[in-house]
Amino acid sequence: MTQPSEATLQVPHTPLIVLDQVDIGYDGQAVIHQVSLGLAKGQIGCLLGPSGCGKTTLLRAIAGFEPLMQGRIQLDGRTVSDARHTTPPERRGVGMVFQDFALFPHLSVADNIAFGIRDWSRKDRDARIHDLLKLVDLSGYGAAYPHALSGGQQQRIALARALAPRPKLLLLDEPFSSMDVELRGELAREVRRILRAEKTTAILVTHDQHEAFAFADRIAVIHQGRVAQWDTAYNLYHRPADRFVADFVGEGTLIPGMVCAEHVVDTTFGQIEGTLSESLPPGTAVDVLVRPDDIAIDNEAGTLQTEVIDKAFRGADFLYTLRMPDGISVLCMAPSHDNFVIGEHVRLRLDFTHLVVFSRGSGVDCPAG
Amino acid sequence: MTEPTSTLTAPTARADRWRPPFRVWSAVVFLVALTLALPILVIFGHVFVPAGEVWEHLRETVLAEYVTNSLLLLIGVGIGVLLIGVPVAWLVSVCEFPGRRIFQWALMLPLAMPAYIIAYTYTGMLDFSGPVQGLIRELTGLGYGEYWFPEIRSIGGAMVMLILVLYPYVYLLSRTAFLEQSVCVLEVSRTLGAGPFGGFRRVALPLARPAIIAGLTLALMETLADYGTVAYFGVSTFTTGIFRTWYGLGDPAAAAQLATVLLTFVFVLIVLERWSRAKARFHHTSRRYSTLPRYQLRGWKATAAFVGCLLPVLLGFLLPALQLALWTLQTPEQWMNARFARLVFNTFWLAAAAAVIAVGLALILAYAKRLEGGRFTHVAVRVAGMGYAVPGIVIAIGVMIPFAAFDNALDSFMRSTFGLSTGLLLSGTVFALLFAYAVRFLAVSLQTVEAGLGKIQPSMDDAARSLGMRPLQTLTRVHLPIMRGTLLTALLLVFVDVLKELPATLILRPFDFNTLAVRAFELAGDERLAESSSAALAIVLVGLVPVILLSLTIGRSRPGHQDQHRSTDPEPPAKPLAMPAGTTNTP
Repeated sequence: MTQPSEATLQVPHTPLIVLDQVDIGYDGQAVIHQVSLGLAKGQIGCLLGPSGCGKTTLLRAIAGFEPLMQGRIQLDGRTVSDARHTTPPERRGVGMVFQDFALFPHLSVADNIAFGIRDWSRKDRDARIHDLLKLVDLSGYGAAYPHALSGGQQQRIALARALAPRPKLLLLDEPFSSMDVELRGELAREVRRILRAEKTTAILVTHDQHEAFAFADRIAVIHQGRVAQWDTAYNLYHRPADRFVADFVGEGTLIPGMVCAEHVVDTTFGQIEGTLSESLPPGTAVDVLVRPDDIAIDNEAGTLQTEVIDKAFRGADFLYTLRMPDGISVLCMAPSHDNFVIGEHVRLRLDFTHLVVFSRGSGVDCPAG
Repeated sequence: MTEPTSTLTAPTARADRWRPPFRVWSAVVFLVALTLALPILVIFGHVFVPAGEVWEHLRETVLAEYVTNSLLLLIGVGIGVLLIGVPVAWLVSVCEFPGRRIFQWALMLPLAMPAYIIAYTYTGMLDFSGPVQGLIRELTGLGYGEYWFPEIRSIGGAMVMLILVLYPYVYLLSRTAFLEQSVCVLEVSRTLGAGPFGGFRRVALPLARPAIIAGLTLALMETLADYGTVAYFGVSTFTTGIFRTWYGLGDPAAAAQLATVLLTFVFVLIVLERWSRAKARFHHTSRRYSTLPRYQLRGWKATAAFVGCLLPVLLGFLLPALQLALWTLQTPEQWMNARFARLVFNTFWLAAAAAVIAVGLALILAYAKRLEGGRFTHVAVRVAGMGYAVPGIVIAIGVMIPFAAFDNALDSFMRSTFGLSTGLLLSGTVFALLFAYAVRFLAVSLQTVEAGLGKIQPSMDDAARSLGMRPLQTLTRVHLPIMRGTLLTALLLVFVDVLKELPATLILRPFDFNTLAVRAFELAGDERLAESSSAALAIVLVGLVPVILLSLTIGRSRPGHQDQHRSTDPEPPAKPLAMPAGTTNTP
């Protein structure tokens, strides 16, 4: 872990929320193992992972809905959960936005927002509702009932309701998953704007890495109940901690190779040079992660002969699947103004600056991409 | 009245989660369940009490008769409800003929008619001085004893009465089953060469069998629980035997022991019902529903279908209701007075209080299960809902024995210590009556409330909690407003059931305290049929309300029409009940 993002990686001195070796489980069977995370005030974190990895369970434990088997959770310096005690959700000051929004159907939009601040003075409460409706761009909807709103509107009301009591921490459980795909990116940016405006610390749960990238300062990739990596989006992509993260985040191919020198790995591409992610003695068998942007099609300067066997048009670029002479396939991203056809032979140029390698001591399962 | 464990609400994922060992709500559930199980525990406790002389006497003399008569009733009623219920259900759900739309709900009307009321109404119509025999004599010129006429006051008569009001259970459940059968299955059977009626015999009937059996067991439970009809007809069954042992022989222990034998019968039926329901779930072969294309009946077939559907409605509801209305009009002095008004007030007040208690307890239990749905809470809630299958007379005795013991103990203690008598504090008061109603009818409210709560997504609870509400506040500020409609339905169902309840009320009511049901039964027992009609008619009219609710619900929850509401919908007024809750016919 060197280079550009060292500052953002440092765990701040007074994190707002700390998870310390947390185990969660049912019937004595842990589904979350030894999770430790910390998030500073004002930051936006994300729990990213495939469905069933335990990320929602973790979020619910932070909210106080699930007890811990081991470890502890501290919020603002106070222990709110440990193996013996769970502070109930209503006494945590943690707001939550639910996947299905969970707006109260019997209350108007204004009453929904007022639900968590019912003990404020009437003047303050009305002012807060007014401000929040303006913030989520739904001024004038106060008297409407939830069922009369569109999904996106409901979601913004759910956000406003959760923000109303000014929670120390806001949790969002797959808040965009019920939205149309086209709307998701826009909503994620919008919600991020609102959270920034409210200076809220937040944790998002999602299985969608693009959502996570658009939303979060730091992302925890969860795999089988453990944190595989807790890092910035940049580092998850460029410096994945293990094969799972390399596979799960972004696209790429692992190709076999052998370390020859400190900065050199011998592969089917020939000898490639770059800083190794892990210093390994020469002679170690490794897999090298090849991202689609690590190689480029360059019929003039390129040195490696490959064949186009598949391609996917993605607007600004093509994602080509190229086959090396020895049969190994790699993914390559290329600007879409050059349009190669399947079966065409093209030359590759290598653009590696650093090399992500995993030694092949344990479990050689090359993710296909 | 129905599946208190509710096969509809599959245990949620939250149910199995790890929980701390002790919680306040679990403790409350435990106390409520234990209290409500008390009468049944008392009865079963008597299995271990050494049999006394009275029991020996019963065993040697009348027990065989009780068993025989109860079994005969079960067999007769069972065959009868099947022969009526299944064919009419098939006709209205799969065929098209004049009047089908009306029969669809009209066939449920007899649910509003308590069996003891229909029994003495028919007695009035069919006995020697009644209009039917009068007409026969007029037409034939024969006199008393010169012609044969069936004696209604017999076990056969009791069977017919019970069949007429209990067939709707089989009708309702098998109709639902027929409607839910995927069109594909029936269409495939037709492409394979089965005609409409071949399809019925070879496909629809076997598929609907579990539902039919479930309806049958409900009807049989009601048959076992019936006291009013058999008592009025002088047929000796378990219920009349228990009553006689209690009052005539004054032996609570023997009555309780008799009750355990009856409960064994009930238990067999419960097991049968559970089993058939479990099977029913696997019988849905396809999820595709659409409106069934109906077989158009014409000519004599249409006429036969029309008559076949009309007869049960006519005999089970229209004729007796008409007779009651006529009698009521002939006896205005019976109901146009302050005494009748007080009777109505008494009854309604009692039923309303019982409804509030039953729904309140159901809310506590259902919400606790939602909050801390561990295995323990599940079992406790199921135990609390057990009373639905237990005949009212058994519950009455199970309440009376411990309450009387408590009163006597307290009284003798107070007299020996302070020289004053406390008299009856629990037994012989409205409290005992309300307690018995809660035991008997909790399942009715519990099922409705659980269904209503189940429609509120768990994230609603979580949202309220994360906004600073404690569990109880969440209940009052989120759940209760959302399920207003459900609660009203539950209140109404219990209200009507209490209104009709007879044997427990007879035994437990305070001295000189009358309800409509008791008044109607007593007047009828004194052969003052016409005078009893106003009370009976009042019961029948109020009893119509849940039947109407039920028919509305069924209309709305038709396959092909359902799943259009999202579960966030604030309140569809009547919740779909799996079965006719609140429609017990037999007191």
